[in-house]
Amino acid sequence: MYLSTKGILAFVNELYSSKPTGKECDGMIYKVISKAEFKRFIDTLVLNNPSFGPRQVDSDIRGDAVYHFLPVTSFDDIAFDYTATASSAKHFFLPFREELSRFAFHGQDWNQHINYDTNPIVLIGLRPCDISALNILDDVLLNGHFPSPYYLGKRKNTFVIGMDHLPRPDCFCKSMNHHSVQTGFNLFCSDIGEEYYLSINSSKAFNFLKEFNTRDPHDEDNCRLVERRKLISNSFLSEVDVTALPSILDIEFDSPVWEKWGNKCLSCGTCAMVCPTCYCYSVEESFAIDLNGATRQKRLYSCNLVDFAVVAGGHNFRPKNGDRLKYRYYHQHRGFAENANQQICVGCNRCGRACLAGINPKDVINDLRMEKESCLTNVSLSPGRT
Amino acid sequence: MRHQGFTFKKLKFASFEFTCCEGCQLQLANRESTLINFLELLDIRNFRELSSEQHNNFDIVFIEGCISRHDEVDRLIKIRRQATTLIAFGTCACFGGVNSMKNKFSIEEVVAEVYPDMVVETLPVKKISDVVTVDISIPGCPVSKEEVERIVVSLVTGSQVTLPKYPVCVECKAQLNTCLFELGEICLGPITRGGCNAVCTTGKTPCLGCRGPSEEINMPAFLELVNERKLNLEDLREKITFYNAFEGFINYEA
Repeated sequence: MYLSTKGILAFVNELYSSKPTGKECDGMIYKVISKAEFKRFIDTLVLNNPSFGPRQVDSDIRGDAVYHFLPVTSFDDIAFDYTATASSAKHFFLPFREELSRFAFHGQDWNQHINYDTNPIVLIGLRPCDISALNILDDVLLNGHFPSPYYLGKRKNTFVIGMDHLPRPDCFCKSMNHHSVQTGFNLFCSDIGEEYYLSINSSKAFNFLKEFNTRDPHDEDNCRLVERRKLISNSFLSEVDVTALPSILDIEFDSPVWEKWGNKCLSCGTCAMVCPTCYCYSVEESFAIDLNGATRQKRLYSCNLVDFAVVAGGHNFRPKNGDRLKYRYYHQHRGFAENANQQICVGCNRCGRACLAGINPKDVINDLRMEKESCLTNVSLSPGRT
Repeated sequence: MRHQGFTFKKLKFASFEFTCCEGCQLQLANRESTLINFLELLDIRNFRELSSEQHNNFDIVFIEGCISRHDEVDRLIKIRRQATTLIAFGTCACFGGVNSMKNKFSIEEVVAEVYPDMVVETLPVKKISDVVTVDISIPGCPVSKEEVERIVVSLVTGSQVTLPKYPVCVECKAQLNTCLFELGEICLGPITRGGCNAVCTTGKTPCLGCRGPSEEINMPAFLELVNERKLNLEDLREKITFYNAFEGFINYEA
């Protein structure tokens, strides 16, 4: 499964010259595997590859378990019954800090060294919204005019196993239509009781599974899968009305709602750090301590941080908390040209859960809608009698 | 040192301590992997922790500690006259530091407690900028050697000297830590300047704000969060006054 720097460059050239399909095999193959055999499969996989899966790291004050994607070396390490990780799986593809290039000085000249090499890993237990987030990042970072070889190397060298789950009370991925996912993974596992219903989306996954006992799904299995999907779909407690949201955001550009929520904002950047799709970054160049070279480093940044829009000379284009918060919502829910103005929020509500100030997409968007609706009500009032 | 047509000169460097533990200066001799390269950047004129040689001509001076005696005031003013760039080095120099707890009591009480039956001349604690002009501040208890290296390289190469403007939370999230508020603690991370790589919170110890406030902190929102979670306000007061780093924001206290 390993793709080297050379391979990555070849792939990037291909991306430049043609539209990729984003898939490794054309059709999806469906299989059913018993849970005992699935355990054997996972054990073999994680024993032979650096692997990451959800693990409990803490219990919070409410007694709820806190999970993160961490290294695992056996099936038993993995909390398959986890709800959601506190931080997304984004950093496996877009590290919080990443060296982009290294410079070596000699005399009047210098060399630049770039390395796209990355170790292949297995990522187990991603939720449909997490995989959707990767598909959105693919759109931005691979399918645009300038594909990122750094991202591509990590994406291509990561074996993604998805797992379905019953939503948390605050999950609103169904509103964003990301509660199920059809692409972007190698293998997706739906829990149909004693067995998993497997959607196999890559030749790699298909070949791995050849070594294990699986069978073709019967009608009964298909029924159980449909039932499972229905159960998941009907279990959502949170709904965010995103109908026409991009245009509402345009109309509400000067809404007092932004100042109201902006006043609460601590500008701490937590929302963007835990978000599965926030990809904004800053680039720093620094001398090596021996002054014989330099490095160029990329780090994930947040549009809520105070100096996000500071330019050379010191001018800050967005000095107010509310303005910065607004632009985060614009990027998340209105989209930018680079991903065809699609919303990039997948509805995982990690930002809402992590925000100490209680700012969350559901409340902010509902507030904007109320603003909009009250304005319509005012406009439609009949003039009073004279 | 010549690179790319530029000539870089070593810094004519001195470091002095006032009222402090000298732990920040000790950091300068830490991080062995880069120590030789780091010392290559400095022409050490006066720094008793690293060299017994003492010269009184220097350009760049690090000042560690706060000011708590009259003779310290005189000594600091003399150093300021000599230095072209004076750097407040460490939390005590930047904000007064832990020593500032002395200012919560009368001088008589303090002397009676620490030096009973002795004649001791002492002043309420002042940060360096209360006495002389400070050109650059490097906060931290202790300072981060990595950050010091970056700043020294900037000084040698004539680049802009910067500190992160964002709060500790950014680096804390990158460490995949569980937020300490979620574990029922008060943590000053959301209002404290980052750059420490969230070393305390990664060890599950709440941030006490040794690096001082981040740029344009939202203190009302921070206090609201402490109130809303019904956390102990006495604990908040103790943390926020611990290093005297939030002096200007003290009016917001509940």
